Amino acid sequence: MERGEDIKCIVWDLDHTIWDGVLLETGDVQLKAGIKEVIEKLDQRGILHSIASKNDAELAWAKLVELGIAEYFLYPEIHWDAKSVSVQRIQKNINIGMDALMFVDDQPFELEEVQSVHADIHVLQADQYETLLDDTRLMPRFITSDSARRRHMYQADSIRKQAEEQYEGPSEQFLASLGMKFVIYEAAEEDLQRAEELTVRTNQLNATGITYSYEELHQLMTSQDHLLLVCELEDKYGTYGKIGLALIHMQPDVWRLNMLLMSCRVMSRGAGSVLLTHIMREARKQGKQMLADFKDTGKNRMMNISYRFAGFQLRSTDEDGNVLFYHDLQQAVEFPDYIEVCVPERQHQ
Amino acid sequence: MDYRQEIREFIGNNLTMDHEDTPINDDDNYFELRFVNSLFAMRLVDFVERRFQIEIGNEDLDLSNFCTINRLQDLIERKLNAKGAAI
Repeated sequence: MERGEDIKCIVWDLDHTIWDGVLLETGDVQLKAGIKEVIEKLDQRGILHSIASKNDAELAWAKLVELGIAEYFLYPEIHWDAKSVSVQRIQKNINIGMDALMFVDDQPFELEEVQSVHADIHVLQADQYETLLDDTRLMPRFITSDSARRRHMYQADSIRKQAEEQYEGPSEQFLASLGMKFVIYEAAEEDLQRAEELTVRTNQLNATGITYSYEELHQLMTSQDHLLLVCELEDKYGTYGKIGLALIHMQPDVWRLNMLLMSCRVMSRGAGSVLLTHIMREARKQGKQMLADFKDTGKNRMMNISYRFAGFQLRSTDEDGNVLFYHDLQQAVEFPDYIEVCVPERQHQ
Repeated sequence: MDYRQEIREFIGNNLTMDHEDTPINDDDNYFELRFVNSLFAMRLVDFVERRFQIEIGNEDLDLSNFCTINRLQDLIERKLNAKGAAI
């Protein structure tokens, strides 16, 4: 299960917190000793950074650029509004729980103001910043290749959002303008950590709601009659990282899709259907029919619709709500033309 | 009531048709021979539910109810009638 106390983003004050002194008074402020290293190291772990500072936005940002740390901060809030408001905007933009945020400030008043509005947020007195690297709440269980590029993924996402808001025309045409490339491959050992993370994270679309541990996934990966697929998506703005997972039980006449899972962020790109289409094409090529497991979790209706609209028929339902779909794969299925699908050669042994 | 124009507009706003200038006919199957995008499918179901204040249960969640403008018109009418009868 996901550990509730994990912190995913730190929101920093600037004056007397990131740097010594007050920017509007001295101008020549210096970074606190070792703070750049703290920020960099946390960034590599996949911890995000943002800013809530009462300051002149232009001057403060220019100073951050000059100090060489501006690139680390997502969705900075630099103005004179209450910090509880700033924190809320950051939380909304990054789209994580308030309990996954930590707010760092030198002024007890600000810490209290933020905490009084957002009871779940973690707060830290600024002079304690050196404790951050050893804080267990900031030590993700796994550091994956996606962790290190998480900030870049969020930065690309924010540009993407703007582009989507400004786009006028059919939504499918917008998808075509993204130049999406979808890569599907068999999971290897180094993919399993991220795969486990995907199954346990609560914000995923999971066709059955079943989660798998690292050990279980490892066993399935090496099993002769199972196929564990991972997929990645990228577009002209950058990569989304590993965003989908499928587990197929290969039987003599039929492929049974035990799990189909897709990150919510990419469902709006039609990604769920692309992975499903790939599996259907592969099964058909081998002359198999398909079964697919589904269970209504209250959050995965899109999976239900994906199966049914892809032509899957209801085979059975039991008293626990476990649904089994069936597809005879008589007709060929095609990929959409707005997405490039890449399947590196590597046949299951 | 005839909802075909509204359905046509919704589809025009979401799908890129191969021949931009050719209007979709009421019996054209817009899912046929083209990729069924789960996003479009979800939006279509969502549109029908919200616009007409009806619920599409599993029994109606079938491609055959959604694949042409006329089929959708039939589905909406049927659900609205059933709702009217229930009140």
